[in-house]
Amino acid sequence: MEHSDIQLVRRKVEEIYRVESRRVLATLIRLVGEFDLAEEAMHDAFASAVEQWGRDGIPNNPRAWLVSAGRFKAIDVIRRRSRFDASLPKLAVKPEAAAEIEEDVDGGGVEDDRLRLIFTCCHPALSSSTQIALTLREVCGLTTEAIATAFLTTPSTIAQRIVRGKAKIRDARIPYQVPSMEDLPARLDSVLAVIYLVFNEGYSASSGESLTRADLSGEAIRLGRLLMQLLPDPEVIGLVALMLLHDSRRKARTAENGDLILLEDQDRSLWNWPQIEEGHRLAEQAFAAPMLGVHAIQAAIAAVHTSAADTTSTDWAKIVALYDLLLRAEPSPIVELNRAVAVAMRDGPQAGIELINVILERGQLARYHLLHAAQADLYRRLGQKVEARSSYESALKLVSQEPERRFIEKRLRELDS
Amino acid sequence: MRFMLLIYSEEGCWAEDEREKCFQESTQIANALHKEGKFLAASPLLPVSMATSVRVRDGKRSLTDGPFAETREQLGGFFMIEAKDIDEAVEIAARLPAARKGTVEVRPVHELEGLPGRQVGNSK
Repeated sequence: MEHSDIQLVRRKVEEIYRVESRRVLATLIRLVGEFDLAEEAMHDAFASAVEQWGRDGIPNNPRAWLVSAGRFKAIDVIRRRSRFDASLPKLAVKPEAAAEIEEDVDGGGVEDDRLRLIFTCCHPALSSSTQIALTLREVCGLTTEAIATAFLTTPSTIAQRIVRGKAKIRDARIPYQVPSMEDLPARLDSVLAVIYLVFNEGYSASSGESLTRADLSGEAIRLGRLLMQLLPDPEVIGLVALMLLHDSRRKARTAENGDLILLEDQDRSLWNWPQIEEGHRLAEQAFAAPMLGVHAIQAAIAAVHTSAADTTSTDWAKIVALYDLLLRAEPSPIVELNRAVAVAMRDGPQAGIELINVILERGQLARYHLLHAAQADLYRRLGQKVEARSSYESALKLVSQEPERRFIEKRLRELDS
Repeated sequence: MRFMLLIYSEEGCWAEDEREKCFQESTQIANALHKEGKFLAASPLLPVSMATSVRVRDGKRSLTDGPFAETREQLGGFFMIEAKDIDEAVEIAARLPAARKGTVEVRPVHELEGLPGRQVGNSK
């Protein structure tokens, strides 16, 4: 074989690895029943592919070939193990004809396997930090180093979480399956929570936002899209819409020096309009579902914001009504605070201040800097400088994010001038 | 595979009739599980005030009153079950009346070779 042909096969295998390796892995985990063994077998299969395809040409169904090769590699390992350790089950894997695998791989099998992998990695018996690490590693194929960089921790911490997570999956028998229809809503919640956490990690860390973190939002959107394709539940669609609509404003949210730019001051021409259009379409689709979930409602709120030319022409009455719905679906003081801000936009600052005071009188969110910042802003609008200053100062004591601190300080300086 | 369901709750929080009801309901669940071949053992425990902790250090035995550590919720009983995976074990744990009042901890059992007793549903 010519040297250039070998290069060609190598490039083709690399491409197949990029596109198919997570699918191959998901199926191998089902077939061999063990995460680490499946991963090892997948890498062996890709290595053999370079060699064999270089000699015999690329097979018609490369994915089925890889799954089949990986399965035989795993069988070899199990055979070797059982020779050394008689207490192991004789053969957990029965060799089957490659044709059968091909059928399995071409049918719905593979897509189901990817869904299984997502649900297993996000099983509520795992801690949420383990769910995140496992999902990004196993489902998205991110390296341990990339995950560590994104979450500002060390690769060894992430590696440990992944190892412990896999051990718990094996030893506590966390099943490799999509939950039953009865359990699905509750279990889907934890999957959606993981995706949203990954998104927010990449989105709200606005200062010194490295490329990896922006990538993380992109990864969350990709994961959301994959889930939406596999399981077109209204809540999944709602979450994807929500992420698209938030992410569409990314460029307009911060100035070049990293300072925050509030929604009302954002240059709307910097918004990603094709993404907003898609977000609107999906938000509408999610909102049309008979049972409204929290993500669908939040997406609808984001859609109202992104439909207006500016803050004054925003339909605040509609936003307040949507927050009322959200409060019913998921009561929380944070939702109440957001609703209070929307009411202030509709009925004037005084109405907003009164609602915020109700939250504070119940003894909630007193340590939440955004509550004080919101209150300060409303006093500022009323021209009550003394109260505004006092609230900004409370916010300043509690804020931990650098751009937000700079923003509050700027507002305090403006009060003096 | 075996799972131990450890039932923790605040001892003071059970009224006498509540406790009685809980025992009855738990017994029914145990019988139902037995029919499915999933029941291995279960028992409530007498209160922590009845407990004695034993430690042997350097060959010397010491006994102390009560449990090893003070916690808000105490171990008050257990179920040992046979389940195919953690989801099934959790489903059974959630049926226990004690789960509505306290906490049921689900722990996979490490199965040791060579222990006496019947081997129920050896699914290893």
